Amino acid sequence: MTGRRRPVAAAAAGIRTSKAGELRVVGQPLPRHDQAEKIAGSTRYAGDLAVPGMLHARLVRSPVPSARITRRDAAAALAVPGVACVLFGEDVPHNVIRIDVPGQAVEVAALQASMEVLATGRVRFHGEPVALVVAETEDALAEACDLVDVDYEALPAVTDPEQALADGAPAVHEQGNLLGEWRIDRGDVDAAFLAADAVVEGSYRTQAVDHAYLEPEAGVGWLDDDGVLTLRVATQVVEHYRDVARILGIPESRVRVIAPYVGGGFGGKEDMTVEPYLALAVWRTRRPVRMQWTRQESLLARPKRHPMRLRYRTAALADGTILAQDIDITADAGGYAYLSALVLLYSAVHACGPYRAGSVRLRARCAYTNNPPTSAFRGFGGMQVVFGYESQMDRLARRLGISAADIRKRNALARGDVLPVGQVIETEVLLAETIDAVLARAGDKPAPSGPRKATGRGIACNMQSYGRLVWLNDSAAAWVGFQLDGSLTVRCGVPDIGGGQASSLAQIAAEVLAVPVDEITVHFGDSALTPLAGTTTATRQLLMSGNAVYEASVRLRDAVLRTVAEETGQPAEALRMEPGQVTGGGTLVDIRDALVACRRRNVPIEALGTFFGPKGRPVVRDLRADRVFPDFTFGTHLCDLEVDLDTGQVRLLRYLAAHDVGRAINPRSVHGQIAGGAAQGLGMALLEEVAVEDGVNLAGGFFQYLIPTATDLPDIEPVVLESGEGMGPFGARGIGEPPIGPPCAAVASAIHDALGSRPTVLPITPERVLACAAQSRPLPGQDRVSRR
Amino acid sequence: MSDQVTTTVTVNGHRVSRAAGPHLTLLRWLRDVAGVTDPKYGCGEGICGACTVLVDGVPTSSCLVLAAQVDGAAVTTAAGLLEPDGSLGPLQRAFHAHHAAQCGFCTPGMLVAAAAMLADGRRRSRAEIRAGLHGNLCRCTGYGPIVDAVEAAQAAQPGPAAGPRRDAGVGGAGAGR
Repeated sequence: MTGRRRPVAAAAAGIRTSKAGELRVVGQPLPRHDQAEKIAGSTRYAGDLAVPGMLHARLVRSPVPSARITRRDAAAALAVPGVACVLFGEDVPHNVIRIDVPGQAVEVAALQASMEVLATGRVRFHGEPVALVVAETEDALAEACDLVDVDYEALPAVTDPEQALADGAPAVHEQGNLLGEWRIDRGDVDAAFLAADAVVEGSYRTQAVDHAYLEPEAGVGWLDDDGVLTLRVATQVVEHYRDVARILGIPESRVRVIAPYVGGGFGGKEDMTVEPYLALAVWRTRRPVRMQWTRQESLLARPKRHPMRLRYRTAALADGTILAQDIDITADAGGYAYLSALVLLYSAVHACGPYRAGSVRLRARCAYTNNPPTSAFRGFGGMQVVFGYESQMDRLARRLGISAADIRKRNALARGDVLPVGQVIETEVLLAETIDAVLARAGDKPAPSGPRKATGRGIACNMQSYGRLVWLNDSAAAWVGFQLDGSLTVRCGVPDIGGGQASSLAQIAAEVLAVPVDEITVHFGDSALTPLAGTTTATRQLLMSGNAVYEASVRLRDAVLRTVAEETGQPAEALRMEPGQVTGGGTLVDIRDALVACRRRNVPIEALGTFFGPKGRPVVRDLRADRVFPDFTFGTHLCDLEVDLDTGQVRLLRYLAAHDVGRAINPRSVHGQIAGGAAQGLGMALLEEVAVEDGVNLAGGFFQYLIPTATDLPDIEPVVLESGEGMGPFGARGIGEPPIGPPCAAVASAIHDALGSRPTVLPITPERVLACAAQSRPLPGQDRVSRR
Repeated sequence: MSDQVTTTVTVNGHRVSRAAGPHLTLLRWLRDVAGVTDPKYGCGEGICGACTVLVDGVPTSSCLVLAAQVDGAAVTTAAGLLEPDGSLGPLQRAFHAHHAAQCGFCTPGMLVAAAAMLADGRRRSRAEIRAGLHGNLCRCTGYGPIVDAVEAAQAAQPGPAAGPRRDAGVGGAGAGR
């Protein structure tokens, strides 16, 4: 049973809490150091670098979703003047990208899934890479790509995940179409449903959406003077150098990946994109090569967010207390595994939301299909389920005559509560406070602007993990060193994908070492020259790299203070760092003199900090674990909107997004993450869908795949709460992913309020809104209609 | 391969003359031939606005015009909004003050679209500023800080001559949205 609270001490939970009043730099809304160059236009992104003598590379991709390759012929392509090479799978030293599928029994799927770098015998999705062409010019490249001759013999395609799991479905992979399955069984679910005063049921569908970062996948590769294969690419993961080395069959030490400032990631640059192809092209030609995917290619072939079908049955007492959840989830994994099994694990762990769930029965499966592949996307399976559990909360509230806020507060998790999977919540939960915060700021619901308009208000809460799964032995390292003039250098392998990842590290070091942030330089994102810090994914960098920089900075500070203590005879405890000096107890030493003293006394003026994430045992299919994630971030969004009853158009009037971020290291970056995440979620709620027909991806460009423009969105109002209780430095929680969770549910909730009927399929298009309006005639016992 | 043509353009006040294939878009010509990389490739079809430049002051999707078509024109990119000493110009300082860039990839196009909008000196409401930027997509910010920055830059620039407010079409590159 969940709901039992266990006492948890803050110290045991690994919290480095902080008092806001004691902080000098952390918590200040400082301009990020990367802003000026970006605004001047001088930041050099991956595609902006041109290396003299470089070649150009492009992929030839499958035009069909399911086929046998019967013939490949490069002769005509090779005859184009300026073509350097055309590579097929047989030309790849190790033509396999390995994917770990953890915790699965062998009867479900292979413990390791894999895909070919370049398909040789079989293609499983529209857009799968089949050949790599390298040429002197873009023009020659375009001509040659058209001339690569590949014959396909169509095979049956399966394009529905539930049909894919049915008997007799065409097998996408030989071992069957069930890629992964997770189960939770806690308590007596059937007894709980019998004892319930109210039971609500709902089915919900989410769609495939694209990350649609403004920077398409790009990179330049070359062999450096020592023969090290160097790739400067737009990526969230410089550690992919290991995958590249495995594919080429060369030592990991001979591959270097550099991540310059990335033009948006959102999970879409978590799997490899251009890396293996760029590496092959450089390795084969021994020349510099650039590869830039077009927007159309990015929309066609890179993994999307998993479409999910969610079925919920929720049992509750008359006072709103949840007794049980019975949940079934089916996700579309597309043609290859990528990170689908992990995404689905996130769905399973987050499926009951930030609430005590009572007894729980959950089945979550993901199926191979011949649809576009699916993988990481901000929220990583923890966000689709918000649409399910928050819809259930609203329905339950209406059934029982309880307000949306009260039913959530009644069931809200608190420190010491046990999640259905078995993990104990160790940090303070301010869920009720985030609900109160948005309601207090929102005031009254706006009145409709005309007779054929209806307004609605919805709230939605969520929880989202930060930090990686605890059995992945996650770690991050950072090097912090004083220069002799008192300025500071930070080296950390974190890729900066636009969230201020590097800038936050400067602010953390500045707090501990009292060096002004404009005298700190952060070198980041280089697998060879900066200590490895792990992936910029899973809302982990502030937790991991932040703590690594914090630990290195504290060690460095203590070494300097000890040295000054020995020099001056003052006790070290009496001394502290101030800008440009060490002071305390009547002593005042210029930082430069202190550093000279360190060197005279053989005290290093640099430190390497390595932070290790919380540990736990791997899960198996039947989920039961003391710990799955380090911790969670909680929040509540509020949406006011107006529906046009004749057209079904939805106009967003007001949008508030409150999260407890533990401690805002830089409030500007926190606001940016919250507003940006909410905006991306609102695009998914109302506009976005990668249209797929019989496995053919129809999202041919931004004219067919609409993301929100400035006129589609209201001013998003972030509300930042600071419990001081997170596992990051100074008590910070991660905030990269959490804000994308609530918007779909908040919009659906507001439409429910406006029309009395609830949209259950995303995106909530005008047609679906009109369908809700048509259903909303009030009948006895049905949801009330609040149309004015 | 087609013969090359020489295109001469004044880029941010500097005369640039380069020979290239006549089929090159202005975006490719700027980036790959002239080495001017602040206009970004985002979609290649005039939707995203990341490649927006000013051609003789008019915001233009540089992925949709050929370089040869703008021979003799003055082209302004985000770098052209800098002060002569290389420091940030007034609009750029407003972007900086309002944290209007996150990943920064849309920023150069967004800046020149905003600059073109502000050039007529007319005071715009927030809704009008949003309409003026609707041809430039941003995936990081939710647009609020960008609108804040343009509003602040508008407030800081010399006021418009008094007169009737015209309901002129808004600026912004990227038709079709």
